[in-house]
Amino acid sequence: MQKIDPSEVTPKKLYLSRRQFIGSAGVITAGALSLAACAGNLPNVTVEPPVYTGPTTDELGATLTTYQDITNYNNYYEFSTDKAAVADLVGNFPTSPWSIDVTGFVSEPKTYKIEDLQKFEPENRIYRLRCVEAWSMVIPWTGFPLHKLLDDVKPTSQATYVKFTSIFDPKDMPMQNSDFLPWPYVEGLRMDEAMHDLTLMVTGMYGGPLPTQDGAPIRLVVPWKYGFKGIKAIVKIELVDTQPTSLWMQAAPDEYGFYANVNPNVNHPRWSQATERRIGEIGRRKTLLFNGYEKEVASLYTGMDLKINF
Amino acid sequence: MKLNNKFFNQWFPILVHIACLLPIPWLIADAWLGHLTADPIRASILRTGKIALELLVLSLACTPLNTIFGFKPALKVRRALGDYSFLYVCLHFAIFVSLDYGFDFQFLLPELTKPYALLGLIAGLLLIPLAITSFSPWPKRLGKNWKRLHNLVYLINILSAVHFVLVVKQGVTEPYLWLILIVFLLGLRIPPIRHFLSGFFVHAE
Repeated sequence: MQKIDPSEVTPKKLYLSRRQFIGSAGVITAGALSLAACAGNLPNVTVEPPVYTGPTTDELGATLTTYQDITNYNNYYEFSTDKAAVADLVGNFPTSPWSIDVTGFVSEPKTYKIEDLQKFEPENRIYRLRCVEAWSMVIPWTGFPLHKLLDDVKPTSQATYVKFTSIFDPKDMPMQNSDFLPWPYVEGLRMDEAMHDLTLMVTGMYGGPLPTQDGAPIRLVVPWKYGFKGIKAIVKIELVDTQPTSLWMQAAPDEYGFYANVNPNVNHPRWSQATERRIGEIGRRKTLLFNGYEKEVASLYTGMDLKINF
Repeated sequence: MKLNNKFFNQWFPILVHIACLLPIPWLIADAWLGHLTADPIRASILRTGKIALELLVLSLACTPLNTIFGFKPALKVRRALGDYSFLYVCLHFAIFVSLDYGFDFQFLLPELTKPYALLGLIAGLLLIPLAITSFSPWPKRLGKNWKRLHNLVYLINILSAVHFVLVVKQGVTEPYLWLILIVFLLGLRIPPIRHFLSGFFVHAE
């Protein structure tokens, strides 16, 4: 995370505001079409957004996605495949008490209560989130780098991968009663990816607690990878010696690989990854290699064919 | 069917026209009120596409509704349903090209070569001659060929449903249900099945 100097912030005028858009779109298309796209979402979640005093752009100058949009547009298949429906369905899901087992090839396996994790000093980081479905957001997370947690349990030399597992709670997660996906959600990282300082264990958002629909009480955020790598509601972290098979690799191995690095040059088999729709903006942005974190992470993949290791 | 009275025959097509047009003000209202999710462009594309598919499948249901259930008014609205479907296909495509891609052909053209987009494009293009020839004087002028041409709608239905299948992630079952429904409605046209069912339903009344 770089500190953002105000002079680096791209002027607002470079971004089409919604108002301007409505005007221009009226020229482009029939009036009905322009109206169809003028956003401005009514709140469907009743919780008050937290008071946020941090920076309002990422290091590239892009404006933060609104709290409203981040909490009402969620890919969280345990609750619903409808992104706009998740917020209304998470009400009963208990995020406390909560604990995480950290086991496997470690010399000091531990079970952390969620409160215990406060010992890892929380940091605020603004990350771009690029969904594999070609939309994106800019989100101010609060969390701590995963390497702090891993150092705490002292991985042994046999540990080469980290496997994350979500909670299996079909009573409160309605879609887990159906076996259309191989529950529970599993994700994985290579050890060097897991130890990278950008890799964040997230417990908060917009200066407040992490909303349930965004993965409370604790989720993973790996900003240079597609959003689905950011496993939510984590209950287990295992250090293993073989590459974990993620839920999406198991469900559709030809479409979702282990690495899932954001890459405009490697298309999804069914759609292009060259561009993305930034939530809250009109039109499309070019997708950046490694989601704009190329400088920080490209060296992790030196010599690897990213088309094969997608 | 008992519904074949004069009053109903008069009003049924009008009701269908109104029902087919209502989604437009409804979409505008939802856009205005911010009810189109955090990604209103995607939501508008999905919604117009879905309505187009619904109307296309409804037009496919008209013939079996008449032949099997003896519901004649369905024939009166069959062409209108197809034409309205084409209207929503146009909206669907226009939003995709303008609001989503901003007419940026550098990105639009590669995307259009993806199977999902290609199938949608072919289905949409095939609908054009059907929409045009659904108005007079074409039905008379084309005679027997009109029917042959309009049998293309069977293919268009299947292409549209597969187009839908190709844009959803694993685990989303809805497009498959549409595909099954289309295959079912096509199956009802197979003569032995049609004769068996029409005998069953019409005589049972």
